[in-house]
Amino acid sequence: MPRLLEVAQLCAWYGATQVLHGVDFALEAGHITAILGANGAGKTTTLRALCQGVKTRGSILLNGQQLVGKATESVVRLGVAHVPDGRGTFTGLSVEENLRLGGYVRGNPAELELDMQRMFTRFPILQQRRAQQAGTLSGGEQQMLAISRALMLRPTLLLLDEPSFGVAPLVVAEIFRILRQINREDGVSMLLVEQNANLALDLADHAYLLETGRVALSGTAAAIKKDEKVREAYLGY
Amino acid sequence: MEAFFSQVFSGLASGIIYGSVALALVMIYQATHHINFAQGEMATFSTFIAWWLMQRGWPYWGAFFFTVALSFAGGLLVQRIVLKPIEKAPVMTNVIVFIGLLLIFNALSGWIFDHTIKSFDSPFPKDSVLATRFFSAHQIGSAGVLLLVLLALFGFFRFTSLGLAMRAAAQNPDSARLVGIRVSWMLGLGWGLAAAIGAVAGMMVAPIVFLDPNMMAGILLYGFAAALLGGIDNPLGAVLGGFIVGVLENLLGAYVIGTELKLSVALVLIVATLTLRPNGLWGKKVVTRV
Repeated sequence: MPRLLEVAQLCAWYGATQVLHGVDFALEAGHITAILGANGAGKTTTLRALCQGVKTRGSILLNGQQLVGKATESVVRLGVAHVPDGRGTFTGLSVEENLRLGGYVRGNPAELELDMQRMFTRFPILQQRRAQQAGTLSGGEQQMLAISRALMLRPTLLLLDEPSFGVAPLVVAEIFRILRQINREDGVSMLLVEQNANLALDLADHAYLLETGRVALSGTAAAIKKDEKVREAYLGY
Repeated sequence: MEAFFSQVFSGLASGIIYGSVALALVMIYQATHHINFAQGEMATFSTFIAWWLMQRGWPYWGAFFFTVALSFAGGLLVQRIVLKPIEKAPVMTNVIVFIGLLLIFNALSGWIFDHTIKSFDSPFPKDSVLATRFFSAHQIGSAGVLLLVLLALFGFFRFTSLGLAMRAAAQNPDSARLVGIRVSWMLGLGWGLAAAIGAVAGMMVAPIVFLDPNMMAGILLYGFAAALLGGIDNPLGAVLGGFIVGVLENLLGAYVIGTELKLSVALVLIVATLTLRPNGLWGKKVVTRV
């Protein structure tokens, strides 16, 4: 299997506080990989480090290209789309404008229009809300918008930070079903950070367990699910 | 009644000027979410450049467009050199730098072009067909110029992806970076546009108030009032605000408070708007679900 992303000895800081202490992991192209862990383990920070949104050291290779030291905008232009925690939609702009911005670096208007229609097929509610200010959408709708906006980039790698957070359970199930569909049909590789380990392991092919800024465990989702320690600490049975 | 109408019309005429200054302020605000106190002095400096070019024998419109282009570049440079290093600094730091810029540009105008009052040509001749009973040709002409600028801006922000990217960068810089927008350059572009609009405003004002380094001081205050009254994020509101401020100022000056207290109308309007209707008359109230 070709390696899409190879992360080695990744360290990250918020100001003077070191949060990641040498994280190693790799993603395979076309797969969904989950990062699990307790609060404060460094899951969100790992995603931010990949986008160069925090101070980092170590090595992040995307298709062999070094991301450490690049500006966030440049990482995005290499095809890394990030759905941040808190969703990061432009609340004062309309749904349609948000989607357009998602494809901003691609430029081609005809292609963007086509992709926007595809998003509306995947998430029909967004079409109804097309002209509405994004800030007025419900939590689930905003999450759908955030994911659609990220997909408008036609990313090679989609980073998802807690897509279930603040979303009604039924809607979460729907969102995860669509994520699976997008992964299968469009071949978008995904790196998923989730508190809800059950949900994440059902969706993912592989998983890593983070503990205080280091990888504590890794393996296929099925194997992780069976792990005694993970079951007790994160799955609750 | 005749006198009353003539007051209203001359108010509308000043409104054109206040509106164009307000427009430049709104422009910077759209791009950076800051109010640039140096806007007026930058515009004056631009106007001096146009004056200097015309002294050298340039035709009016040649000098006009060259000055607008040069001001755009100048605004961009000011952002790149002076403001980029403090991009992440608190608002107050920026405010202090704006005041510093105000002093620098004011002093530069005086130092390079001296403090004597200069006359500045209008591109719209006095006896042209534009002149009507209540408005001079210059007033009608500058209203037309303002309208054109407004339309161009509206089109730029509403229909181009660069305009959309600028709005996004101002609203949420972090998310803007995550869609690949080079936020810092968007700020530079905003400064360039505002400086260009300021230059247009300055060149429209100068034939009326005459050109000197302090030409914009009072006008900027009315411009602030206009921008706040109309809604600081709404270009059309800024222009309408300009007309309202112009007419109010004139009527109150003529019938109520006398000409000496005219400038305080602007200050009262600013305070009243901020306390009673902080978003202005046509400002967008951003709705957020929490």
